Amino acid sequence: MFGKEERSVVIRGRLLFFMEAAFFSGGIPLGRKFRERWFMLLMGSFLVIYIIWPLAGMFYRADWSLVASTTRDNVVIGALWRSIWTAAAATGVIAIFGTPLAYFLARQDFRGKSVLEAIIDVPIMVPHTVAGIAVLMAFSPRTPLGALLVSAGLSPVNSHLGIILACMFVSIPFYVDSARDAFYGVSPRLENVSRTLGATFPHVFFRITLPLAKKGLMSGLIMSWARGVSEFGAIVIIAYHPMVAPTLIYDRFATFGLKYSTPVAVQLILVCLGMFILLRVLVAGKRTEGAGN
Amino acid sequence: MIRLAELSIDLGEFRLDRFSLSVNEGEFFMIVGPSGAGKTVLLEAIAGLHMLSSGRIVIAKRDVTSLPPEKRNVALVYQDYALFPHLTVEENIRWGLRFSRHPDQGHVEGLIRLLRLEQLLRRSPETLSGGEQQRVALARALAVRPSVILLDEPVSALDPRFREDLQDYLSKINQEGMTIMMVTHDFNEVLSLGHRVAVIVEGSLQQVGDVKTVFSEPKNRQVAEFVGMKNIFNSIVTGDRACLEEGTALALNGQRVGGECLIGIRPEDVMVGRDLPEGAGNVFNGKVMAIVPRGMAFEVVFQVNGFRLAGRMLSSALVREDLHPGEECRVGFHSGSIHVFKDTNTI
Repeated sequence: MFGKEERSVVIRGRLLFFMEAAFFSGGIPLGRKFRERWFMLLMGSFLVIYIIWPLAGMFYRADWSLVASTTRDNVVIGALWRSIWTAAAATGVIAIFGTPLAYFLARQDFRGKSVLEAIIDVPIMVPHTVAGIAVLMAFSPRTPLGALLVSAGLSPVNSHLGIILACMFVSIPFYVDSARDAFYGVSPRLENVSRTLGATFPHVFFRITLPLAKKGLMSGLIMSWARGVSEFGAIVIIAYHPMVAPTLIYDRFATFGLKYSTPVAVQLILVCLGMFILLRVLVAGKRTEGAGN
Repeated sequence: MIRLAELSIDLGEFRLDRFSLSVNEGEFFMIVGPSGAGKTVLLEAIAGLHMLSSGRIVIAKRDVTSLPPEKRNVALVYQDYALFPHLTVEENIRWGLRFSRHPDQGHVEGLIRLLRLEQLLRRSPETLSGGEQQRVALARALAVRPSVILLDEPVSALDPRFREDLQDYLSKINQEGMTIMMVTHDFNEVLSLGHRVAVIVEGSLQQVGDVKTVFSEPKNRQVAEFVGMKNIFNSIVTGDRACLEEGTALALNGQRVGGECLIGIRPEDVMVGRDLPEGAGNVFNGKVMAIVPRGMAFEVVFQVNGFRLAGRMLSSALVREDLHPGEECRVGFHSGSIHVFKDTNTI
């Protein structure tokens, strides 16, 4: 369960999905095919262990009395909550603008489409500190945009707004890619047929396309949110304060050392991983409603 | 009923070029052509799913060229059924009714009975057989009382036993007055269901007409090849004789406008037999070169003088005439089965 949830973050599910499909697809495993599958599992489990081992070690070595006391630490709780809601807010904004973008990419072929898709994936490649610097420069009060925000009482630097802006930048590809693939999975013929039967485009989109793409969209939202919660590099540059959990962990590590940063880290992992697993289970539970392939 | 005037569409990989066609009310109209010819694009264009680069579409006396699909009152049924997987069979069938101002429940009940869907209403589409899915797709399309129904190869994905079943339903629906436009690549289907047929090759209309006429009198080589006219020869026609390139003269059943023409003979019209009368005209001594199984029948290739003739024979005929490769035999065809045409690319 643990590895199954974590894997998507790291390799986005592909490799282990194949392994899982090979292993649990039912049927009678026979001879050569069976041995090949075992080989694949053996090789693949290296990565699964690579994810579980360090995290499990952290839990094993953590000073649980300190963990217990940090659960009552208002600074820690505040930072955790801030991480959760800012990432959610960023994901919300991404969903509003990213859903039409993803639908457009899934349905339209045009020259330069691969360039556009590459641009959307740039935040995955850009070092997060660089992303933070870029966002900071774009929204600093010295730019017209930043000045406008400041005059409206919304400072983008060292504020919740700054955290959300940084989260958005790094989370965009996770939602848009996933949503685009989800829309690809819904046959345009279903939309065509429902149009000819009298439904307008918005009706088709909300009653046919969205329900059928729901699973992929939800998993995109979760991925985008998870990326936001785990973000440190970009946030720390635009908003060291107010502190989100990763910043707090870094702050404790730099100021008090490993012993005092670990309890916060353990708590972040417990809370966020818990939510992550819960959401994924909820989404997986709706699988029976069927997405179009 | 449907009138397409100078329709042009350019989708990059598919294009239709200045396409004009009319379909009459209550007609079962067939569209055939090699794959990639743009047949599906044509149906989708009529349904309003593609942008036209030029031309007009009139359906039921209404110019729908600029109307969106939902305002055209045209139903489209795809080969892969395109049932909504997240809805039950009944919800699928009733999907279109919610947009209708006066939903006709009685009509839907009637369709459910006609297509024998009573037992399936609560099922999910994924649990149905191909034939059942296609019946549901038909019911869903007919439920909105469209003025025409467009079928894109509705039976080709079905098992043979469901195929005839569905063809019977289609024929029944057509007899009740529904105008049907159907894309297919099955000649038998065209012959058994269609009133008129249009042959499309590479986005342009090659021939439109009565099914029997198109099959026996194709207008050009592409259509002739497509409708299964295996024997196509270049010839010079003078009066009532056609002279093939290698010198054989064939008797025609009347005077024709002379010149360089193509002549075509359908393989079904090729006769073979020791007792073929000498004076009947086009009877020759031939030699069996090959016998190739083609479904329920055989294609027999004869060498006659300097040309090759393909005939279509049932196995009973092969046995009766004792035909084997290398065997000498008498082979011929009536002068009336010779179709003389010019090789033009437009109509």
